[in-house]
Amino acid sequence: MSYTPHTDADRDAMLAAIGIESPENLFDPLPASARLSGLLSLPERLDEISLVHHMRDLASRNAGASRLVSFLGAGLYDHFSPAVVDAVISRGEFATSYTPYQPELSQGMLQAIYEFQSLVCALTGMDMANASMYDGATAAAEAALMLVDAANRRQVVVARSVHPHYRQVLQTYCTAADVSLVECPYGDGVTDAQEFRSSVTDATACVVVQYPNFFGCLEDLSALLNHCQTVGARTVVVTDPVSLGLLKPPGAYGADVVVGEGQGLGCPIGFGGPLLGFFAFKSEFQRRFPGRIVGMTQDGSGRRGFTMTLRTREQDIRRERATSNICTNEALVALAANVYLCSLGPRGLRQVADLCLQKAHYAADVLTKECSVKLAFGAPFFKEFALYVDTRTPVHDLCRALRGDGYLAGYPLGDAYPELHNALLVAVTEKRTREQIDGLAAAVVRHMGRGGA
Amino acid sequence: MEPLVFEKSVSGRIAARLPDCDVPHVDAGDLLGSGSVRETLDLPEMSELDVVRHFTRLSHRNYAIDLGFYPLGSCTMKYNPKVHEMLARLDGFTDVHPLQPEETAQGALTVIHAMERILAEIAGMEAACLQPAAGAHGELVSLMMVRQYHRSRGDTDRNVILVADSAHGTNPASAARCGFSVRSVPSNDRGLTDLGALRSMLDGSVAALMLTNPNTLGLFESDVQEICRLIHEAGGLMYCDGANMNAIVGVARPGDMGFDVMHFNLHKTFSTPHGGGGPGCGAIAVGRELEPFLPVPRIADRGDGQLHLEYGRPHTIGRAHSFYGAFLVAVRAYAYIRSLGAAGLRQVAETAVLNANYVRARLRGHYEIPHDRTCMHEVVISASRQKSRHGVRALDISKRLMDYGFHPPTNYFPLVVPEALMIEPTETESRETLDAFCDALIAIARECETEPDLVRSAPHTTVVSRLDETAAVKQLNVRWTPPEQETSV
Repeated sequence: MSYTPHTDADRDAMLAAIGIESPENLFDPLPASARLSGLLSLPERLDEISLVHHMRDLASRNAGASRLVSFLGAGLYDHFSPAVVDAVISRGEFATSYTPYQPELSQGMLQAIYEFQSLVCALTGMDMANASMYDGATAAAEAALMLVDAANRRQVVVARSVHPHYRQVLQTYCTAADVSLVECPYGDGVTDAQEFRSSVTDATACVVVQYPNFFGCLEDLSALLNHCQTVGARTVVVTDPVSLGLLKPPGAYGADVVVGEGQGLGCPIGFGGPLLGFFAFKSEFQRRFPGRIVGMTQDGSGRRGFTMTLRTREQDIRRERATSNICTNEALVALAANVYLCSLGPRGLRQVADLCLQKAHYAADVLTKECSVKLAFGAPFFKEFALYVDTRTPVHDLCRALRGDGYLAGYPLGDAYPELHNALLVAVTEKRTREQIDGLAAAVVRHMGRGGA
Repeated sequence: MEPLVFEKSVSGRIAARLPDCDVPHVDAGDLLGSGSVRETLDLPEMSELDVVRHFTRLSHRNYAIDLGFYPLGSCTMKYNPKVHEMLARLDGFTDVHPLQPEETAQGALTVIHAMERILAEIAGMEAACLQPAAGAHGELVSLMMVRQYHRSRGDTDRNVILVADSAHGTNPASAARCGFSVRSVPSNDRGLTDLGALRSMLDGSVAALMLTNPNTLGLFESDVQEICRLIHEAGGLMYCDGANMNAIVGVARPGDMGFDVMHFNLHKTFSTPHGGGGPGCGAIAVGRELEPFLPVPRIADRGDGQLHLEYGRPHTIGRAHSFYGAFLVAVRAYAYIRSLGAAGLRQVAETAVLNANYVRARLRGHYEIPHDRTCMHEVVISASRQKSRHGVRALDISKRLMDYGFHPPTNYFPLVVPEALMIEPTETESRETLDAFCDALIAIARECETEPDLVRSAPHTTVVSRLDETAAVKQLNVRWTPPEQETSV
C-alpha cells in the first residue's frame, strides 16, 4: 500500500526493458556496507480505517479553540475564516502543483500570487511585496539582514516590545551572520522614547519594531521612525495584517520594510504551522529582497501573462551570491490570504478589525471593573492587552483554574518577560461574544473574588 | 484571460457575513487616536460567487499532479493521498495553539515527537527536529549548528563549506547566509564526486561538505563512505541534502554512510502537497555530536506520561521558527508513514528507482544520456544532440511536452550537464503513464528532425504561449495599481 500501481506483470515487463533480473539489482550502485540489512524499525502500518481512528484519537488529546473559549493570542489568533477559503485551497489544481517554473502551465497560481503581492502592498502601504516567507519571525530576520547587507553597518536594534520568539529568531540569524543585536527596553507598554534615541545611532543598520506590539499596544511609530531617519537607520515594522483593516499602514509612516504573520488571514492556528510570512518593501530594495516575486508581462500574441521575475537574485541562478536561500515558501497559505481578503473586502476587513477593537476594549473594561486585575499599561491597544493579576494568585494557577471552566485565558507574560511575572496577555477576536467575555469575567471573580475599581 | 480580483471589484459588494457588534460601540478614533486610523484601503469588493468563480477559473489555468504527470526532477511530485487532507483538517489539529499549556496539547506533541523518532530512524541518526519550514531552511539551520559545533570546540577558523558542483543552488546560498565561503567540488566523468580533487581541497578551513546522495544526476555516490572518512579526518562534518531521499528511503540510511546531519523535505519524500510552492517542511536529523546544538524548544519525554517542551539547552543555536515548524504538514507526513510502514517505504524507493530506470531504458537512443547506467529515482537526459543538429534546445522540448499534456522535467539543471532534462517519475506513476510520456518525448525527438520550428515555437495549446521574461524585468510590474483615486472606506 505505497500508492504504487504496478502489477507483477508490469514490474516484470519493466525489469525486462531495463535489462535486469530482480528489483534488488536496482540498488547495485550502493555498496553493501552502505545498505540497510533489514527493514527500518517503524511502527506497524495502518489501513485507512485504523489510520483515521488513530489520528482522531491523537486529535482528541488536544483541547483547542473548538473545545475551550480562547483568549490566547500572542502572535497567532482565533480569527474567523469563511468556508470559501478552505474550499479554494483544497482544490487539487492548486494544492498539488509546485513552484511555477513553467509559467505557461501555472498561470493560475502565478496570477494568485501577483494578486497576493498587490493585496499586501495595499494593506501595508508599501511599493512591493514578495510571494511570501515562512512565517513572521523569519520574515523579520530576513528583513533585518537585508538591510544590514544594504548598509555599511553591522548593528540591529530590536524593541523589547517585539514578539519574544521573533527576537529569538532574529538573534539566531544575527549570530550566524556575525551581526550584533541590541534590545531597546519598553516603558508604559511601548518603546521608551529616550532609550530608543540613545540605542539607535549612526552605527545602527536597522531597527525592528512591532505595530501593534506584542502587548497589543500602538507604538508612537512616527516618532520612532523619525528618529531612525535622522541617524540614517533603516526600519522594519512587524505588523498584524488584521489590524491594518483599521490602522494607518506602516508604509504611511515611512517604514523601509513591513513584515508580519499572515495567519489571521484565513489560515488555521494549527499548533503554529504552516504559517504565512509576508514581506513588503520600498522599491529601492528590488534587487535585494529575499524570496520569489511574480510579475506581469505578455506572451508573443500580446496576451497578458504572469511569470516569476527578478530571478537573478535567486539561489538557483546566483548560488552563493544569491540574496537569500529561499526556494519553497508558503504559496498555498498566500492563496488562502488572497481568498480571505477578497471575501472580506475593505469593509469586511475593517469590520473584523473594529469588532476585535471593540470587544477587546469591552473585555478590558469588564475585567478591570469586576475582578482584581488592572491594565498593565496605559498606551492605546488594538485587540490584545496586558493585565496585572492580584499578586496573591499566580497567573499560571489562575489560568489552570479558568481552563477548568472552559477558558484559555491568555498568555502568561512572565514566560517571556520575568518582570511581568504576574501579568496575563489577553486577546479578543471578532469570534468572541459578549456572553463569552462576561463568562470569563464571572469565572475570574469566582476564583479571585470581586475587585477592581 | 481571467481578470484580476481588482478588475472584478464592484464597490458595495461583500462575500463574508460577519457578526454585528454585541458590545457597546466606541469610535475607533477615540480608542486608537484619530491620527492612527486609516482613510483608504484598496481591497477588491466581490460577492461570494465572484470569489468562487474567480479562483475556480484560476485553478483551471494551473497544472497539478491531480491533473497529470509532473516529472519535475528533484521535486518528487508524487501523488498526495486525500485521506491526509481530511486528517490535517481535524479540529483537534487545526485549532490547537502552540502556546497552550502542554497538558492540553499532548496529541500534537505526540505527533511531533513520534515524527522526530521516525525521521531519526529513517536517517540512521540520533535525533530530529521539525522546526525548519522548508528544505533550504533546514540547510540554513543545520549550517548554523555546524558553525556553533566548531566554535564550541575552539575551532574558529573553519569558514569554508564545500559544495558539489552538481548541488542544488540552495546549498551554496545557505552556506553564504551563515557567513561561510563556498568552494565547489568538481564531479568526475562518471558524474560522481572527484575524490582526487576533493582530497586536494581538504585543510583546516573546511567546516563541512554538503553532498546530495543520490546526487542531482540521479546517481548514487558510491564512494560516500570514503568521502565521509576524508572529511572527518580533516575535522569537517558531512551534510546530506535529503532532497533525493525518495530513492533510498528504507534501503539505506545517511547516518550509516557517515553523514552527521541532514534535512528531509517532508513535502517530497513523505508526500505532502507542494501547494504551488509551499508550505513544506525541512525537518533535520543529526548525529550525537550535533544533537546539543538543535534549535529550541525540544520535545522531551521525561517518563511521566506527558511530553514536555524543553528550553534549557546551553548549546542550542536558538529558535529558528516562530513556533515548532509546519505542524499540519507533519501531520500529513506522519499519516503517510503510518500508512506505509517499513515495508511500504522500502517499496516506495524500489518503485521510484524502477520507474526512473524504465524511462531511461525507453529513451535510450532518442536522447543523449550522459550517464547511462543504473540510476536512482531520477534520470538526467540531454538535448545536446537536438541542439547541435537541429537547433532545438532543452527548453523548447520542455515547452513542446506541454502540448502533449505533460509537465516538463526540470530543465538546465544540474548545471554540469548541457541542455539537461532531469526526469523524476516517482513511484506513484503507472507503466502506461510512463509509456505515454516516453512516447511523447520520442515523438518530439522526431519533430526536432522533421519540424524543428514546431518545437521551437511551442507550446501551442496552453492558455498563454512563451512569455516575455525580459519585459517582465524591464517594465517591472509586480503589483496592481489602481487606475485612479483609491476608494474610501
